[in-house]
Amino acid sequence: MSRRWREISVSLPSLLWLTLLFLIPTVLVLAMAFKPSDGYGGMGPGWTLETIRSLRNPSYPAIIGRTLGLSLLTTLLCVVLAVPMGYYMARTQRIWRQTLVLLTVVPFWICFVVRVFAWKHLLHPDGFIRHGLLALGLIAPDTMLLYTTGTVMLVLVYSHLPFAILPIFAAAEKFDFQLMEAAMDLGATRWRAFTHVFLPGIARGIGTAVLVVLIPALGSYVIPDMVGGTESEMIGNKIAQRTFGDRNLPHACALAALLTVAVLGPLMVMVFGKGRSGTAEKSVGGVV
Amino acid sequence: MNDFLEFKNVSKRFGTVQAVDNVSFSVKRGEFFSLLGPSGCGKTTLLRLMAGFEQPDNGSILLDGQDITQIPPNQRAVNTVFQNYALFPHLTVRENIAFGLRVARRPRQEIDAAVTEMLKLIQMEDKADQRPNQISGGQKQRVAIVRALINRPRVLLLDEPLAALDLKLRQRMLLELDLIHDQVGITFLYVTHDQGEAMSLSDRIAVMQGGKIEQIGIPAEVYEAPKTSFVASFIGDTNFVDGTVTALPMPNYCRVRVEGLGEILCYNDKQKAVGDRVNLSLRPEKFHVTLEQPQEDARLNVLRGKVENIIYAGNHTRFWVHIGERRIATYHQHRRYHLDEKPIRWEDEVWVWWDADSGYMLDDYAPLLEERGITPPPETIHSANGKEQRI
Repeated sequence: MSRRWREISVSLPSLLWLTLLFLIPTVLVLAMAFKPSDGYGGMGPGWTLETIRSLRNPSYPAIIGRTLGLSLLTTLLCVVLAVPMGYYMARTQRIWRQTLVLLTVVPFWICFVVRVFAWKHLLHPDGFIRHGLLALGLIAPDTMLLYTTGTVMLVLVYSHLPFAILPIFAAAEKFDFQLMEAAMDLGATRWRAFTHVFLPGIARGIGTAVLVVLIPALGSYVIPDMVGGTESEMIGNKIAQRTFGDRNLPHACALAALLTVAVLGPLMVMVFGKGRSGTAEKSVGGVV
Repeated sequence: MNDFLEFKNVSKRFGTVQAVDNVSFSVKRGEFFSLLGPSGCGKTTLLRLMAGFEQPDNGSILLDGQDITQIPPNQRAVNTVFQNYALFPHLTVRENIAFGLRVARRPRQEIDAAVTEMLKLIQMEDKADQRPNQISGGQKQRVAIVRALINRPRVLLLDEPLAALDLKLRQRMLLELDLIHDQVGITFLYVTHDQGEAMSLSDRIAVMQGGKIEQIGIPAEVYEAPKTSFVASFIGDTNFVDGTVTALPMPNYCRVRVEGLGEILCYNDKQKAVGDRVNLSLRPEKFHVTLEQPQEDARLNVLRGKVENIIYAGNHTRFWVHIGERRIATYHQHRRYHLDEKPIRWEDEVWVWWDADSGYMLDDYAPLLEERGITPPPETIHSANGKEQRI
């Protein structure tokens, strides 16, 4: 009795926290998608499916597709870069390891917007990078480094990479590297030991990295807004535009709901679908 | 047949530490060979050099006449049983055992057959689909052994494989290891700091200290005829007694004056001359401790002492006897029991006697241990003048 009570009292704060700040807002967003807009930033009386129907506008699937594509590619690139980094950090000497962790975290001390703004300077049409590449003949005179989808991609990877490195490093640090020796001892090449023993060993860290990169990447709007062009808009920009520009809250909510469904759907399939759900489930639990 | 595995002048240095110092030895085909020594003596480094995880700074390693020094670990016909098993946590017992054959891309049927055979060998067919964290320490140990055996290595390396097990399990695994060695007939190179394991399993033992091999021999040899005071004290307990040869009363024997103890007779297999200094190792179980005086015998050393301490342990009793200015540790096995026998008590005056053949002359003097920067085990600490401070 007392033990059950203790369990409840311990989990109650986090439950309240999640309910108040996560569950209720999500339900509100979903509900507001079915309210009519009053044209002044508020909501009219009654319920309507009008907003949901307007999502059939062909520009939305394109934007959703681009958002998913950019975010997934960002996640993939971040993980591909973070795995060797994490491996190296875990294997290197202690003093180097601490230095590298510090260097990974240092960018967080500078305001995010300032860092994105710095990229804007670096890649400016009159910036030294573009002029340098032009002088070396590596790019054509009409090549733009700024305001392209590629730029958005680059800055997305840049800003999310630390979030991928940290969980992967944490997992790699706990990894028993003797297992790789054991694999090589049994005849595996270094590469095979890496792919068949090290990667499964840090699967949880990779899972966490995927989630902590993918989820914020999907919702990003500052980066495409600052360094992207009209062709690299993401769903976040549209939601911001509907909220602040058009003052059409139901429409913004409908877009947000669409994104949520587009993300949660495949995730649910991944987590509950197949038998190999163990690690994925745990990683989701660890993050949420 | 001879010299199946050969280490030739192998050295390895880590930073300022000379882990392995110009070591040469050879192992016969099918032999169970142990590297025994305290932690940091270089035994594990030798094993890692053998496995290919480390490269020697100097020297070469030969396997069946072929120089394998430069061959990477995954191409050596050598497999390792790691101290903490190093089972792959994401694979089942069956997949762990199959790993070596999978990597070698053997046909599926062959893998299945071999794994089933191995599971049968360790009687773990019912655990085949469990993960390493679901099985016990002893079972992990067995899986680790057959996982290493499945590739049919020419040499199996075992790095303190029993260290993580509790005593009872260790004793059982000891028998099992012996059995496996007999069954598969592969050469075993076994690293341990436990003299009991090494003695009971090995065909031959190399006792190591400070990156060097002090002595190689069959278990009885290193126990009964230790070359150095380190070997004598590391394997079993012993009393160090040092003195000067005063006379050669009969062939092959010498009389030694030991300060603070008296004159004793000693087997002189090192052909010492009068005036030479000698250092003897006298094992505790070689002494007799009695209340009655033993019968006269020319080859018997008989001394008078006072019992300082007694530890009774059921099947044996340990007596520490003060003789002259020295303390001698003795070990008395209870072979018979008489209710009316007068027991030896504290402070009793006793006769301590032993056969002159039972003392063994060492190559070095115990005090030299400190000069070599080696701290002897606490039971046999010597002061600078060679007298034992405590036993």
